[in-house]
Amino acid sequence: MGTVVELRGARKRFGEIEAVRGVDLAIGAGELVALLGPNGAGKTTSISLMLGLRRPTAGEACLFGLDPEDRRARSRCGVMLQESGTTGVLTVSEIVDLFRAYYPAPLPTARAISLAGLDAKANARIGTLSGGERQRLYFALAVCGDPEAMFLDEPTVGMDVEARRGVLESIHALSAAGKTIVLTTHYLEEADQLAHRIVVIDRGVVIADATPREIKSRIPSKRINFKPDTPIGASTFSGLPVQGLEVADHRVHFLSNEPEAVLRALFERGVVMRDLEVTGADLEEAFLSLTRRP
Amino acid sequence: MTSQAVAPVLKMLLAQTRSELLMRWRVPAFSVTNLVLPIVFFTFFGLPVAHLRRGDGVSIGAYLLASFGAYAVGNVMVYGFGIGVANERGMKIDRLMRASPLPPLVFMLAKVLTALVFSLVALVLLIAFGIVVGGIHETPAVWATIITRLLAGSLPFIALGFAIGYWSGPNAAPALANLIYLPLSFASGLFVPLNQLPAFIQNLAPYLPNYHYAQLAWSALGAGRESLGESLLWLAAYTALFLTLAVRSYRREERAKFA
Repeated sequence: MGTVVELRGARKRFGEIEAVRGVDLAIGAGELVALLGPNGAGKTTSISLMLGLRRPTAGEACLFGLDPEDRRARSRCGVMLQESGTTGVLTVSEIVDLFRAYYPAPLPTARAISLAGLDAKANARIGTLSGGERQRLYFALAVCGDPEAMFLDEPTVGMDVEARRGVLESIHALSAAGKTIVLTTHYLEEADQLAHRIVVIDRGVVIADATPREIKSRIPSKRINFKPDTPIGASTFSGLPVQGLEVADHRVHFLSNEPEAVLRALFERGVVMRDLEVTGADLEEAFLSLTRRP
Repeated sequence: MTSQAVAPVLKMLLAQTRSELLMRWRVPAFSVTNLVLPIVFFTFFGLPVAHLRRGDGVSIGAYLLASFGAYAVGNVMVYGFGIGVANERGMKIDRLMRASPLPPLVFMLAKVLTALVFSLVALVLLIAFGIVVGGIHETPAVWATIITRLLAGSLPFIALGFAIGYWSGPNAAPALANLIYLPLSFASGLFVPLNQLPAFIQNLAPYLPNYHYAQLAWSALGAGRESLGESLLWLAAYTALFLTLAVRSYRREERAKFA
């Protein structure tokens, strides 16, 4: 199986801001990849480069070995974008039917609508849909062409728990059927549930590219906080395995996978602490500490 | 892959045009304005004088029917493309379409076909109203000539619509379309015959696009003021001007959104 999408040294600058700063990434046929990172990390820009919605300032983007703007490449992709809208006056099945006409071998309309869990709304005008239903409609539009590859930018945003579970199940089923799926999310939990491979993007560069298990092992599992007796600075922690360190006026917070070793070292360095707490870290918070290393 | 790599263009065009027709029909701001407004205007300006004839024997009713026919088609084009494109940009429909395999040219062509269908319906309704209610009589060949020429000559107004749609936002587009199109129509003698308008408007009219556009219909009644070639030359020049404006605004937006 070949490479579906490839970025080579891709950079994208918007005026003063460089949103993507040299990304090398190849995604093969059949992979289910999550691009994970906090808001503003460059995930959406990366997807835009892969799809030819934006042209890289430097480097290259390839889709099925073609220019991403090539219609033959686009005809093999289904896309769900964050910032896009559609008319409100057509019904769900009318617009799905329309999008099917863009593809050489589409799914039946009812099948696409049911994969998105929108059966009950098939004859409703788009303008009457809730935010979550609209999001499911975009999923139906992405899947209706029966594409080989699907690009889903924050697919579950705005969905309630049940709708979210339904769409995640559809994504799993499509992946099991051999589709290549690239999605973005800023939830580690979602990436972990879904993906075979997680690419962590932060400030426009790839900072990790591994299986969910490997990614999680790098994430600090404990949160520690205490009151120091005398004010201390960040230098006190030099060389210690801590992340997300915050030294506020009267309190110190940090995350670590080795809380015992860190505390022993701090005692040896003469830190006197009160109110010490060691708790399990919230997964999302811990993940953010990984991306916001000083 | 054994199957075709891309969907057939004709199938896309048909599906896209069908959807565009449905969308336009379901938005009363478009359908009512496009189809009913010309008849309302004709009722006020045309019906009271429909039975009169000019010194040269041309029916004033038929003349005004041709005028409002020209108004109606330009109206479909300027409003349809102006407000339509501005709205779609506002709703970011362009982003999703851009990522789809639909070629932009097919997207545009479907809009043009839709506008032509609405123009045809608007003309047929208007002329039927003139015949039935106004008792205006011309041969079917004359009506057919008027309809064909007005549809074929509508290009400058499509271009003007695109220019407005890409230049302004969804809130400004309706106002801008009105501010440009209504005065142009009035000053070109589409609502009231030119000889009844003040002298400075009579002097201005021969430089306006709507004036030359209406000549296509008036000359079918033997009431034209210039040759067909002259009218077409003016219309071609205006198409070029409006297209230039449209393309400039389009490119500016392309750079900002998709560069």
